[in-house]
Amino acid sequence: MSVLINKDTKVICQGFTGAQGTFHSEQAIDYGTKMVGGVSPGKGGTQHLGLPVFNTVREAVKATGATASVIYVPAAFCKDAIIEAADSGIELVVCITEGIPTLDMLEVKEYVDRKGVVMIGPNCPGVITPGECKIGIMPGHIHKPGKVGIISRSGTLTYEAVKQTTDYGYGQSSCVGIGGDPIPGSSFIDMLALFEKDPATEAIVMIGEIGGTAEEEAAAYIKDHVTKPVVSYIAGVTAPAGKRMGHAGAIIAGGKGTAEDKFKALQDAGVKTVRSLADIGKALEEVTGW
Amino acid sequence: MNLHEYQGKQLFAEYGLPVSEGIACDTAEEAVAAADKIGGTRWVVKAQVHAGGRGKAGGVKLVDNKDAIRDFANQWLGKQLVTFQTDEKGQPVSKILVETLTDIDQELYLGAVVDRASRRVVFMASTEGGVEIEKVAEETPEKIIKAEIDPMVGAQPYQGRELAFALGLKGDQIKQFVKIFLGLSQLFHDKDLALIEINPLVVTSEGNLHCLDAKLGADGNALYRQKQLEAMRDPSQEDEREAHAARFELNYVALEGNIGCMVNGAGLAMGTMDIIKLHGGQPANFLDVGGGATKERVAEAFKIILSDDSVKAVLVNIFGGIVRCDMIAEGIIGAVEEVGVKVPVVVRLEGNNAELGTKKLAESGLNIIAASSLTDAAEQVVAAAGGAQ
Repeated sequence: MSVLINKDTKVICQGFTGAQGTFHSEQAIDYGTKMVGGVSPGKGGTQHLGLPVFNTVREAVKATGATASVIYVPAAFCKDAIIEAADSGIELVVCITEGIPTLDMLEVKEYVDRKGVVMIGPNCPGVITPGECKIGIMPGHIHKPGKVGIISRSGTLTYEAVKQTTDYGYGQSSCVGIGGDPIPGSSFIDMLALFEKDPATEAIVMIGEIGGTAEEEAAAYIKDHVTKPVVSYIAGVTAPAGKRMGHAGAIIAGGKGTAEDKFKALQDAGVKTVRSLADIGKALEEVTGW
Repeated sequence: MNLHEYQGKQLFAEYGLPVSEGIACDTAEEAVAAADKIGGTRWVVKAQVHAGGRGKAGGVKLVDNKDAIRDFANQWLGKQLVTFQTDEKGQPVSKILVETLTDIDQELYLGAVVDRASRRVVFMASTEGGVEIEKVAEETPEKIIKAEIDPMVGAQPYQGRELAFALGLKGDQIKQFVKIFLGLSQLFHDKDLALIEINPLVVTSEGNLHCLDAKLGADGNALYRQKQLEAMRDPSQEDEREAHAARFELNYVALEGNIGCMVNGAGLAMGTMDIIKLHGGQPANFLDVGGGATKERVAEAFKIILSDDSVKAVLVNIFGGIVRCDMIAEGIIGAVEEVGVKVPVVVRLEGNNAELGTKKLAESGLNIIAASSLTDAAEQVVAAAGGAQ
């Protein structure tokens, strides 16, 4: 078992024939992801990487039965691409692109919610169920099928957590990068709910960072709804207030969104927190008794 | 990206919002001429910088003669204004806004932000204008009234009426407020703003609403479609090194410490700063070299990090996911040679071909310390920079 995706998930790529779409689709195919085609308006009817190219998502879904779409189109066109996917029968949209205007995301988030479509990202590494399906830009080879569910706002920090859980021999059930933007398609809470229900997931690693209150909201949710052990790390203890730290969403504004507030909320909710990102594997060993 | 007050008011005027007649001036002569052009006998002169707290710092003055205008302009133009919101160097003043003076009966607050928790643009209004709104929010949250804007239908007049009545406005003021509210909402959405604050929004002695200040911030991600705002950018108000880094697609933020950091990925870059601190060191900067850490970008990143004289050692922390660590190692070696790095450089490579990369670093003959793990890297760099503090 896993969350969101598995070996049977049929995936298309929007922005398929572009440089990013091509490179990462190749990697996904090599990993064993069931890539069934892609969309590049105007190139419909051709083949790319041995797969059919369609002009529209609707055509692609009709011809291939795809339920998931990964989006690599430039930020200016993402709102259109996401809404097209949501209108065309796609159930899971994974948007990798960074730099989408915030007001576009406010509309997009409202729209996908009303349609009942799950969106992951934007500005994220994607989703992987090790050994089964990889949707996104994460390096597949560091993962190992297993029992830890990982949720993170940061790409490279996810890889650190993956590496440690692999080195400790625990492996991962699924890993979800929810992205570093202020308005993500899915929140920590959405993913915590899925991992709590997933029988393959025995423990959860949640990696947050400064900015917003998503970790505090997640802490309240964990307290009431999550029975599995949760280990958490928050990046940005040393980040100054008022400065954006790389990610659009990583900013302490008006005294809100500090790492200390988040650590405290999580500790109060019974979460095992680690102050060094090198200690995630060790903390899992401690809380699970593995 | 932030705007100056005079730019914000220019946008307000375009959207039919009541602002004072004012002229932004580059010289003392222009400022005096502006007062003549505006007319009247009393004016407000305001130094234009991207920071609040200007009044307390002496950057805003009420004047009733031309000599005072000239003196104020000469006092500030070309100088730095230090307020509680700036660093100790302050922000450079290159324009003075000269405005008609408004007689004030009451000071209100009206602002709008993108609220992450509700995923809405949220308007906030308060009777406690003229003071820091964060303080009001903390001490008397009941004095802040909110209206959430549904992204599908936009702001509605009734929401403006609700706010207006809650603020205790009466008669024609209600209509005036609704017009301001709807105008601001339109402006927010048309221009891809991230923040609007009118503090204070005043009731004049004639009983009319008037926007006395304007603080606007725009969404950097949307500037590609906001040419008018892009043209309003004032690079003199931004950190020079950060702006330089941005031109090379590097995210850089200067800090107070002595250990330079170069990392791929924003989250890992923060995590690296934190682990340095945890081992008793002080990070000198945040720097994300991004996914494709090429030799050119690594070299530029070294130059930026080393332009800070307080840097005594550098930690390079790379998780090679898709890229190969041996290639990154070559990039680091090339950059260290090219830039002539004098301080010790501790490198931790993880991921693809990490061992090969570490071997190349060790054999380079340069002042590069290859770390075996993240913790080892933090300990080594703290030691190299003079030990834990």
